[in-house]
This record gives sequence, C-alpha cells and structure tokens, in this order.
Amino acid sequence: MRGGPARRGRRRGLLSTVVGTVLLAVMLFPVYWMVNASLQPTGTTLGAGWFPSRPHLSGYATALRDQGPNLVTSLVVALGSVALSLGLAAPAAYALARFSLRGTRLVLFGILFTQMVPGIVVANALYGAYNDLGLLNSRLGLVLADSTSGVPFAVIILHSFMRGIPREIIEAARVDGAGRLRTFCAVVLPLSRNALVTAALFTFLFAWSDFLFGLTLTTTETVRPVTLGIYEYIGAHTTQWNAVMATAVLASVPAAVLLVVAQRFLTVDATNGAVR
Amino acid sequence: MTCPPAATRTRLRELLAPWLFVVPAAVYLLLFFGYPVVKNLVLSFQQYTPATFYTGAAPFVGLRNYAEILSSGLFSQTLLTTVLFTAGSVAGQFLLGLALALFFRRSFPLGGLLRSLLLLPWLLPLVVSATTWKWMLDTDDGVVNNALRALHLVSSGIPWLTGTSQALVSVTLVNIWVGIPFNTAILYSGLRNIPAQLYEAAELDGAGPVASFRHITWPLLRPAVSVVLVLGVVYTLKVLDIILVVTGGGPADATQTLATQSYELSFQQFEFGRGAAMGNVLIILSLVLALVFLRADRRAAHP
Repeated sequence: MRGGPARRGRRRGLLSTVVGTVLLAVMLFPVYWMVNASLQPTGTTLGAGWFPSRPHLSGYATALRDQGPNLVTSLVVALGSVALSLGLAAPAAYALARFSLRGTRLVLFGILFTQMVPGIVVANALYGAYNDLGLLNSRLGLVLADSTSGVPFAVIILHSFMRGIPREIIEAARVDGAGRLRTFCAVVLPLSRNALVTAALFTFLFAWSDFLFGLTLTTTETVRPVTLGIYEYIGAHTTQWNAVMATAVLASVPAAVLLVVAQRFLTVDATNGAVR
Repeated sequence: MTCPPAATRTRLRELLAPWLFVVPAAVYLLLFFGYPVVKNLVLSFQQYTPATFYTGAAPFVGLRNYAEILSSGLFSQTLLTTVLFTAGSVAGQFLLGLALALFFRRSFPLGGLLRSLLLLPWLLPLVVSATTWKWMLDTDDGVVNNALRALHLVSSGIPWLTGTSQALVSVTLVNIWVGIPFNTAILYSGLRNIPAQLYEAAELDGAGPVASFRHITWPLLRPAVSVVLVLGVVYTLKVLDIILVVTGGGPADATQTLATQSYELSFQQFEFGRGAAMGNVLIILSLVLALVFLRADRRAAHP
C-alpha cells in the first residue's frame, strides 16, 4: 500500500538530485575551467580544449618556480592575521557578551561602522603612516592591515556565540575561585571551539585573499602575496595562461581544504549574520 | 599614604579588569579604522601632488578637492556606474541566491553535499575568480564566445570586456557569480529557522506553494533578507578587486566606480587628497544607503 507514494517520493528526490547537480555544474564551471586550463601544455593560446586530454604539469612547474616565495608570504601573513585577529577579538567578544560594560553599545556600533569603511580609505591613510614607520613592504605591515577584515568579523561571530553560553557555567567557575582570566581561558574558550574555528577559518581566508593591501602597501617584489603575483602575471605573461591558471589553482587550495575541513565546525547563522 | 587600602585595591581591580579584555581590540580598531577615517578627512582638505613626496608640501585648500571631483565630467558617469553595478549585483545575487536556497531546502539525496560545494566560489580569492572570468570572457578565444559561436547564437565574438556598453554588464555578472553563495548560505539558514508545522497547517488550509511563500516564507524570512541586502549593498559599493582585474576600470572609464576612481586618484596619480575626498563620498553613500534601507525595513516590519 505504501509502495506507491514512497516510490514517487524517491523519484522526485532523484529528480531534485539531477537538477541540483546540473545547477552546481553551471555554478562551478569557472572553477573547472581554471583547473582545465592549468593542465594544458605550455604555449597554448587562450583557446584551451574542453578537457585536459593530455594533462601537463608544466604550468604548475612554472607557477611554483615564479610564485613559490609569494605563496609562502601569503601563508605567513594569513597565519599571522589569524593569530592577531583571534587574540584581539576573543577577549573583547567575551567582555562585550558577559560583562555589562558602559561602552558596549558604542563598541558594537563602531564594529558595524567598520563594515562601511572601504578598504581603499584604510589603504589611503595607511600608506602615508606605513611610509613614515617603515612598514611598507613588510609582512608585519600586511598582517596588521589584513586583520582589518578579520578583527570585526571575529568579534561579531564570537560575540553572538558567547552570548549563548549559559551564565550558570561561568558563575560556577567564578564561585570556585577562578579569576576572570582563568574563567575565560579554562571555561569560555574551550566551550567556544566551533565559533573559534569558524572565525579562524574566515580570518585566514580574508588575509589569504587580500589584494588591495598587497597592491597598495607593497611596492617591491621582496614581500608579495600570491594574489598580487597573479595580477602581475596577467600583465606580463598573457601567453602563459597555463602558468597563470596553475597559480590560481594553487591560490585556491586553502579554500578547498578549508571547505572540507570546516564542514562540521561551521556555525554560520543568519541571525548572527554578518559574514564577509 | 600612597598605597590605597587592600579593599579599595581589589575593588579597583574588579572595576578595571573587564576593560582589559576590550582595550586591545578597541585600540586596534581605533588605529586601523578610526585613524584612517580621520586622516582621510584631513587629507581630503589638502592638496597632494606627486611632488609632495619630495617637497613634503601639502597645503590646505578647503573644499577644493570636493569641488573638483564633483564638477569633473567623469563624476556623474562614475556615480551612475557605481549605482548600476551595485543595484544589478545585489538584485542578481539576491534573486538567484534565494532561488537556490529555496531549491536546497528540500531534502534529497546528496543535497547537503551539493549545497556545501556551492560555497566554493565564495571562498576563492576574488583575484582568482576575476582572473578566470577575464580569460573566459576574452573576445576571440574565451570559452563563453566559443560556446556561443558553436551554438550559432552569434557569428562573431561579443566584446565582453572591450566594448564600452558590454563591459559594465560583464563585471556585474562576475560580481553576481561571486555573491550568489553568500546569499544562498544566509537565506538557507533563514529558511531552516521557519518551523515546518506552519507549512503543514497552510497545506491543510488548502494554500498552494505561492500562497504559502507569500504568507509564511517571505514574512518570516525578512530578517535574513535585510541582512543580505544591507550587507550586499555595503560590500558591493566598495568592490575593487574584481573591476581592477577584469577591466581595470576601462574601456574608456566604462567600468570606473567610486572605489576604483579613489584608488586611481591616490595610487596612480598620487593625488592623495582627491583620492581621500572620493573615498569619503563613498563612505557617506554607504552610510546613507544603509540607514535608508534599515528604516524602510523597520517601517515594513512594524507598519
């Protein structure tokens, strides 16, 4: 008796799977095309074949030779930005969520306002300041500037998560004689693991993807993030699209890895909103 | 007595300790947002030229920078481009993102996997996406034109990036592609927060899919809709990477926005004063639009 509707339901489910796969294929076509192009042999013009029928790794060899140091720079800067962003944001988010401080609303409003400040305005002012302080062309300078995306974002994510931690848990720790700092480190941080991982992943991606600060705050090739490396590549090597696209693939690897790793940690919700 | 009694000291510490948690982040925000905003305001009243880097002279010129950028023939075009780019991007991202979110709300085999793969374009560095699209949209050898030709839809390639009327459409389409996953993710989680019983009740009352969308989905999705629209507008206004990589603001300034214009004034022409003035116009525009949006939204929510 139940066979009919159940089978119809299953068929509808399979139809959805087919439609969903087609939609995804259309959405991800540029990603496929990037990988396809990166595997074409050297010397091809812009028109690549539809499939890498004879995959070539020469594009990757060129990319690693030319962009290796830039990839390292991006990695160092992104990790530095994660450390700085979480180090600043986690205590602040906790204080804003749990201590009733006078300026809480002001700080939260300030954080909202930061989202309306274009990166170019920050870069415009930092260029002069960095010039005076000798921070142009330095990894530290990039870490500091790249964290302008990470710090507010991490505060927002962590604040909304920490507000949800039951008050009783924190009070129990305080009654047991733990100071504020100890409570924060031993109780609050471990409980916030998922939110911390989410914030860390995105702050990493923000810094890794940064283009504007690399473009404006570095002027030599000594310290150059890979995003800028790709940009310079397009200008110089239009005939070597396989190397350009191989660099693009290499620059996308962190995103792909994070997408896989992050699945079970991600705690993005519309109500706690602001993402990127 | 120089030392306060122990009791007072503990109380003082109790009062100060919470602030120690906030102060580092607050100092950072003041240095990296507060300082630039104030500095831009000051810069915008000064006259910077390439020579300033040698002479150090940047005299105050009042409102001249603003007068010059606002009266230049390019400004009205740049403003219009910014508005078209932002409105087109946000509308496209939102509608397609909503359609995908509604589609993926149904549960079906592999649905979760497909939905998470959909996030990939959002996680890629913008420069990577923009570079790939630049290549796909090439007039003679790009895959888009190749496909259109193979389907006999066009006989000669469309100048996606080099035609003055096509270039703005192209960068907008690229930006829509980049923004779809974010819209889908936020709207999807908004949809998931709507209790299923409401739909069951509506179905019992004989409501069709259109009626239940109008009376249940849309009103309850409002908070998520506001979030994506406001953030969409604020973030799109300051997009720089995509335009710089895909068209570089060209051809003939056809894709020049306030953001790219500000970059060009400061870092190509070394007119930091006028670049700052342009950046301030952008901040004011963001603030005004966000406020208008939020007010309209509040009025719609509480009529």
